[in-house]
Amino acid sequence: MNSVILAADVNFMIKGIFSYQIFGQTVWITTTHVSLAIVFLLFIVFACCAHHVIVNADPYAKPGTFQNIVELMVEMLDNMITGCMGKSARPFLGYISTLFSFILISNFSGLLGLRPPTADYGVTFPLGLITFGLIFFNKIKHQGVGGFIKGLCDPWPIWAPINVIGDIAVPVSISLRLFANILSGTVMMALVYGLLNKIAWGWPGFLHLYFDLFSGAIQTYVFCMLTMTYVADAIGDG
Amino acid sequence: MNISGQEFIFGCSAIGAGLAVIAGIGPGVGQGIAAGHAASAVGRNPGAKSDVTSTMLLGQAVAETTGLYGLLIAMLLLFVKPFT
Repeated sequence: MNSVILAADVNFMIKGIFSYQIFGQTVWITTTHVSLAIVFLLFIVFACCAHHVIVNADPYAKPGTFQNIVELMVEMLDNMITGCMGKSARPFLGYISTLFSFILISNFSGLLGLRPPTADYGVTFPLGLITFGLIFFNKIKHQGVGGFIKGLCDPWPIWAPINVIGDIAVPVSISLRLFANILSGTVMMALVYGLLNKIAWGWPGFLHLYFDLFSGAIQTYVFCMLTMTYVADAIGDG
Repeated sequence: MNISGQEFIFGCSAIGAGLAVIAGIGPGVGQGIAAGHAASAVGRNPGAKSDVTSTMLLGQAVAETTGLYGLLIAMLLLFVKPFT
């Protein structure tokens, strides 16, 4: 019975904040929406500042600190994407950079005391679906319908169902990977703060360092890297 | 001692969750092998350290997925309670 009382302090589930009716359906605004709104707010403020600085930059003057940081970030992302996708990277620079920064800030938002938005399967699964759409679209565009069907029945036509399952498993597996990693970090931090709340001061910072910063950064990198690998694979050599 | 059906299902769910996280053994072994080979690769060719490290981290994160599926099953059993 004791453990049940203790478990009541542990609190990491998604909570509804208020609900409203639309088309006869009850729709909830949850903690995920609030976290997403805060993340987007940070994003928009940063983007406005960066735009202002870059537009007003004097190409002959020494760049300031903020301009340097923005240029470093863009350069790093460009190098990562062109290093993975080669010469077909140009159309994907914008999307992959946005994806990378969004997932990164979402994972880091656990540091602000928010529940990370990526610890909700409703956020990561659409990202996986976008990846799936990109793969499908690029396969059709670069290999044609005939090439797509030929790829589907790769060794023999009898293998087509297995290839279809393999294609469908891609968005599910990459979104579940991101979701489960961030969720495990969130649950671990909730357990530390909920069950050890008498002695949890100071040292959970190291746990945040691992679960939020390290794990979050690695998973962001992995998600973008896998998206790029799959899309580059769909584009092929031509 | 009387155990109601609900409590019995709770207990069995907890045992199932414990069994599900045994899935963590596989990724642990796999990640260890990957890290060991990466260490020996860096030892042989220290110039390629950053490439080896990023490849290792990518492979490890992919290998981790199976363990995370076990963790997800455990979470579902403990907190979502699908069988009650």
